[in-house]
Amino acid sequence: MEIQTIKSQGKTNKATERISGSEAVVRCLIAEGVDILYGYPGGAIMPVYDELYKYHGKIHHVLTRHEQGATHAAQGYARISGKVGVAIATSGPGATNLITGIADAQIDSTPMVCITGQVASHLLGSDAFQETDIVGISTPVTKWNCQITKAADIPKVMAKAFYIARSGRPGPVLVDITKDAQFEEFDFLYEKCTHVRSYNPLPTTDIIKVKEAANLINAAKKPLIVWGQGVILGKAEEELKAVLEKAGIPAAWTILGASAIPTSHPLNVGMVGMHGNYAPNVLTNECDLLIAIGMRFDDRVTGSLSTYAKQAKVIHFEIDPAEIDKNVKSDVAVLGDAKKSLEELLPFLEEKSHTDWHQKFKDLYQIEYDKVIKNDLYPTKEGLTMAEVLKEINSQSEGKAAIVTDVGQHQMVACRYADFNVSKSNITSGGLGTMGFGLPAAIGAKMAAPDREVISISGDGGYQMTIQELGTIFQQKAAVKVVVLNNDFLGMVRQWQQLFFDKRYASTEMVNPNFVAIAEGYYIKARKVTKREELAEAVAEMMQSKEAYFLEVCVEKEDNVFPMIPTGASVSDIRLE
Amino acid sequence: MSTEDKQLYTVSIYTENNIGLLNRISAIFQRRHINIESLNTSPSEIEGVSKFTIVVNMDEVNIKKILGQIEKQVEVIKAYYHNLDQIIYQISGLFKIKSELLFEEPHIQNIIKESNARIVTVNKAFFILEKSGKKEEIVEMYNQLSKFGIMQYTRSGLIAVTKEEMKISSLLESYNN
Repeated sequence: MEIQTIKSQGKTNKATERISGSEAVVRCLIAEGVDILYGYPGGAIMPVYDELYKYHGKIHHVLTRHEQGATHAAQGYARISGKVGVAIATSGPGATNLITGIADAQIDSTPMVCITGQVASHLLGSDAFQETDIVGISTPVTKWNCQITKAADIPKVMAKAFYIARSGRPGPVLVDITKDAQFEEFDFLYEKCTHVRSYNPLPTTDIIKVKEAANLINAAKKPLIVWGQGVILGKAEEELKAVLEKAGIPAAWTILGASAIPTSHPLNVGMVGMHGNYAPNVLTNECDLLIAIGMRFDDRVTGSLSTYAKQAKVIHFEIDPAEIDKNVKSDVAVLGDAKKSLEELLPFLEEKSHTDWHQKFKDLYQIEYDKVIKNDLYPTKEGLTMAEVLKEINSQSEGKAAIVTDVGQHQMVACRYADFNVSKSNITSGGLGTMGFGLPAAIGAKMAAPDREVISISGDGGYQMTIQELGTIFQQKAAVKVVVLNNDFLGMVRQWQQLFFDKRYASTEMVNPNFVAIAEGYYIKARKVTKREELAEAVAEMMQSKEAYFLEVCVEKEDNVFPMIPTGASVSDIRLE
Repeated sequence: MSTEDKQLYTVSIYTENNIGLLNRISAIFQRRHINIESLNTSPSEIEGVSKFTIVVNMDEVNIKKILGQIEKQVEVIKAYYHNLDQIIYQISGLFKIKSELLFEEPHIQNIIKESNARIVTVNKAFFILEKSGKKEEIVEMYNQLSKFGIMQYTRSGLIAVTKEEMKISSLLESYNN
């Protein structure tokens, strides 16, 4: 295939070096600023591993215990550093084990490059040992993918892979390299890719649209901002803050947008969506202007589309043209990078306070507090709630920890109750809802931000899907704090069974092992808490630990997460009980 | 989406010449349960740029969304959609018929004459008829000939050019700058 980059190699006068394809892979990674990658070796990728051995010291390979763990670790790394995460695996099962993480990165717009080994090119299509069509398999879940059969293609494909993964709306890219291409020698020269002619990652912000948006905002009596991860990916936290402060607009977030504006900010009115806060969900259907910024109107955010914000005009700030009018029709669409668009918007905005409108949010918050929050944070019953664990973590971390969650009840509780005082503090699997994401993602997050407290919070179900990565924590001496909120159930599914399937608890009860013993088996300090009196002290011990620490908290078995928008219901029909 | 709003559209996609792109594009339709009525790939008027012509039966709201998903693919340069009034198009049909019928059934000769079909080749055993035009014309010819027995029949995908100008060259120029 032809690789279209603006600079064609070979025509320059720069000096080349004769090296193997496998060495070229490692040199490309180093040239792209990669100093850490996650993976698992095997036959078809061995030449590259041999080079990683030689380049030890310049680039650190983290041996995970499963290839899926490698992708989630790379995702955690990417989400907290803003850099491209890298995962590497062999052909066949090594490659297919990456797919869940790749699909997760695709739907959550995470920049990631995955490198897979492939059988030698003369064996392609022969059903050779550990041969699988990983390019075909990964096509629907990658932003771009490519198979290399000639060493000479490695530098330009790798350069293109990194450029595509990180530019525009980021996403995962897979590069599959046959074993003969890894062995083959060629004249190496690396040039970064800055342009692909058929690819326009950053649409230009149209100032006319920005002015139209400003006019709608200035005329609105009841505006509501809903921001998503586009604000974090676009590094537009300050610009967003400036916009909402000047125009006095209440602002709510999707789970991937969490932490872009601090929890304590007076204009932060909480989370939207299925288990989001009461006020922003209800008032979505009362606002006269909905301003969506870097979010994609996921069905878990909108509930029933036919009743979603029908009374409101809609402004959509978005980098990906395919998202415009995909789910919700916008009156004004401002394409482009969130930072630039919001920067251009700010001077056109009038200063407003919208006091009466804010009061509505406060009133509805009070209702939610009385019916839900108070009982979650200050329970009067004997069993521990998940929320009180978060409350304890908040107070001891001052809301500065990076919270890495898995998927399920604990995830919703963490998003609802964690204090996020620093951006990029909520690392979670949003779109794909991948159980098992949390623990390996926390390893990557900790390695990307060693100075930050990284707390992995999982349920007893998801934790056991990638529990083997405790081995990686131990081997890498990664000081991840691992909290398991154990209710001996697949809690979210059980909640749905209780509410919608007449309490027929089909295969949701977990008979669990001795989690403390397992952690201790990996030489990780571990503790189990069953009583409220022990919680504060146990969290303190965990926070003070310089090394990895495992804390199991046994919580009430049959608690439910509320508020809740039942599937197919309107956001304003959100249930408090 | 109501069936009344559905009509045949051609989706014309200008792309880099890439080995995996067909898979990527067809997956976009497959995932949404959209049946592809016909698909043709060919070089385009620009060197090194390929063109897909895909025919689908859809409504306009959804075809716009599909176009967004197609254009999002890295190696897609630009995609357009048109209804059949906005394009000039042709479909080709090939018919293999026993040669003896040409002499035994004089009506076949009339069909060939009246339909402006072309005889591609003749030998002792069979002859090949080619007919280009709109789908209905080819179907009509099939219906007429099938009474006499057709040994083999195949119909090509739709190929089309638009009545309006396609500004791909200038678009590519702007991408390069």
